Amino acid sequence: MTATVTDHDNAYADLLGSDDAHWAFGHLPEIQQGEDPLAGVDTTVPAGLDPAGLAAYCLFLGDDALVMSHRLSEWCSNAPDLEDDIALANIALDLLGQARLLLSRAAAADPSVVPALPEGSPVPAEDALAFFREARDFRNVRLVEVPHGDFGHLVARLLLFATARLAAFERLTAHADPVLSAIAAKGVKELAYHRDYAARWFVTLAQGTDESRRRLLAGLTEVWPLQAELVATYDVAAETGVVLDEVLAAAGVDRPAVGPMSGHGHTEALSRMLAEMQVVARAHPLGTW
Amino acid sequence: MTTTVPEDVLLQQFDAVIARNDRIEPRDWMPEGYRKTLVRQVAQHAHSEIIGMQPEGNWLTRAPSLRRKAILLAKVQDEAGHGLYLYSATETLGVSRGELTEMLIEGRQKYSSIFNYPTLSFADVGTIGWLVDGAAICNQVPLCRTSYGPYGRAMIRICKEESFHQRQGYELLMTMMRGTDEQRAMVQESVDRFWWPALMMFGPPDADSPNTAQSMAWGIKRNTNDDLRQRFVDMTVPQAEALGVTLPDPELRWNEERGAHDFGQPDWDEFMQVVQGNGPCNRQRIAHRRRAHEDGAWVRDAATAFAARGTS
Repeated sequence: MTATVTDHDNAYADLLGSDDAHWAFGHLPEIQQGEDPLAGVDTTVPAGLDPAGLAAYCLFLGDDALVMSHRLSEWCSNAPDLEDDIALANIALDLLGQARLLLSRAAAADPSVVPALPEGSPVPAEDALAFFREARDFRNVRLVEVPHGDFGHLVARLLLFATARLAAFERLTAHADPVLSAIAAKGVKELAYHRDYAARWFVTLAQGTDESRRRLLAGLTEVWPLQAELVATYDVAAETGVVLDEVLAAAGVDRPAVGPMSGHGHTEALSRMLAEMQVVARAHPLGTW
Repeated sequence: MTTTVPEDVLLQQFDAVIARNDRIEPRDWMPEGYRKTLVRQVAQHAHSEIIGMQPEGNWLTRAPSLRRKAILLAKVQDEAGHGLYLYSATETLGVSRGELTEMLIEGRQKYSSIFNYPTLSFADVGTIGWLVDGAAICNQVPLCRTSYGPYGRAMIRICKEESFHQRQGYELLMTMMRGTDEQRAMVQESVDRFWWPALMMFGPPDADSPNTAQSMAWGIKRNTNDDLRQRFVDMTVPQAEALGVTLPDPELRWNEERGAHDFGQPDWDEFMQVVQGNGPCNRQRIAHRRRAHEDGAWVRDAATAFAARGTS
C-alpha cells in the first residue's frame, strides 16, 4: 500500500510549472510505517540481569516520560509566546520519544508486562502499555501526573523533573543493559536542554516582575512536596540537590518550607488523565492507526 | 530632500520589477496599497497557522497511538513555526507580531475560515492533512513566486513542510481504511464534513472576488480562486479513489471536453456566514487565542523586565 501513497506524492509537482528554482519539495523523507521503535535492535537481556526487574525499571522510566509529555502537550497553543509553544512541544516530543523506546524495551525484556488484547489486535506493545493499562499499573511518580497550573507551575515542575531525570540518565549510560544505556545516552542531550530551558525561565521569572516572582514561588511551593518521591525513585538526591541549589541561588530563591507529601501510588488526577488519553484507542482495540 | 526621487519614477521602477517577475525587497520603495495588501494577506496567513493549531491540537491528548501522537505534536509545532516565519515577514513591512495579535483577537484581521469548523473525530486529523493542507498547498505553492521576497522565501519552506503534512494525513487515512469497518466509516464521515469547507478555502468565485485583479497585477497573487479550486478537485479525485472514499458531490464527474472535472458549488451563503464570524467555532477559536495571549502577558512582561535589567 505504500506504493499507492507514492503514486500521489507529486500531486503538486506541476503547480510551479517548469520553474524549478523555486521548487522546494525535492527529497521528502519517507514516511515510516508503524514500526517498533526498537526495530533492528538486539533486545536480548544480558546474562546476569533479571528481565522482570529490567522491565519494571524501564516501565517506571517510560511512564514518567509518557505522563510528563502528556501534561506538556496540554500546553500546546496555550504558551505565553510562540517561541515557548515551540520549545514546549519539542520537550514533549523528546519525552514521548523516550517513552516509546522505554515501553518497547520493557515489553521486549518481559512480554508478560504487556496487557492482553483481543485476538487479532494489531496494537503494538508500546501502545498496549500506554493505552490499555489501568491507572494503578502505571509506575510514574506523582510529580508528573498532577494537573498543570500556570507557567510558573510549569517551570518549577519541569526544573525539578529534568534535573532529577538528567542525573539518573547520566548514570544509566553505564547500565549493564546496552539498550537502556543507549536510550539514556540519547536522552542525556535532550534532558540537558530541558533543564536549561526550565532553569533560564526559573531565573527570569524569579527576577522579572513582582507578579512573576510571586507566581513562580507559588508554583514551586505547590510542586516541592512531590520532589522527595521523585529523587528517591530516581536515587539522585545528592546530584539533584547540588544543581537545584545553584539554580535557586542564581534566582535568589530559598527552598520552600514545605515537607514532602506522604503516601505513594497515584493522585486522583492520573485516572482522569488516562481516561482522556486512552478513549479513542480503547474504543477500537482491533483498530490500526 | 532635493535629491529625493519623484514618486512617479519610483512607481515606474517598482512596476518594472514586477513586470520582470523579480522580487520586491523590504528596503525597496513600494506603493502604500501594495504594502497594505501584503500585510493583510501575510498576517491572515500567519493567523491561520496559529489558529490552525487549535482544531488539530484538540486531538493531541486523545491520539490513539504513540506514533500518531508524536506525528501530530510535531505537526502542530510546525504550524507554530510557520506562524513565526510569517509574522517575521510582516515585521519587514513595519508591523509587529504584537500589533497583529491584537488585530486578530479583536477580530480586525481574519484567518482561514476552514478553522472555524470543529474536529469531531480522530479521522479529522487525517482529513485535515489530506484535504485542508492539500488545498492550502494549492493556494500556497504559487506564492513561492510571489513578488515580495520575504513572503516568497517563507512560503518555500512552509510548502515543503505542508506537503509532508499532507502525505502524513493521507497515510493516516489510508491506514485507517485498512482497519475495521468502524474506522472506515469514521474516515468517510470525516471526508463528508470537510469536503465542502475545503473547496471554500480557495475563496469566493472569481466574479465575487474584488481584490483578485489588483493582487494579480502586483504579483502578490498568481492564480484566480476558481483556477486553483479546479486544480485541487482534479488532483483530489484520483486520491479519493485510491483511498476508497467517495466525495459528497453528486455533480462531480470527468468532463472529457474540458479535460477537467465538473463539480458542484459549495454553499456560499454558509461561507459568508463563517467569514462574518458566525461559523461553528469562530468565537471559540478567538476566545482561546485571547485567553492564551492574556494568560501569558505576565510572563512576557517578566522577560522584558529581566532583559532590561540585564542591559542597564
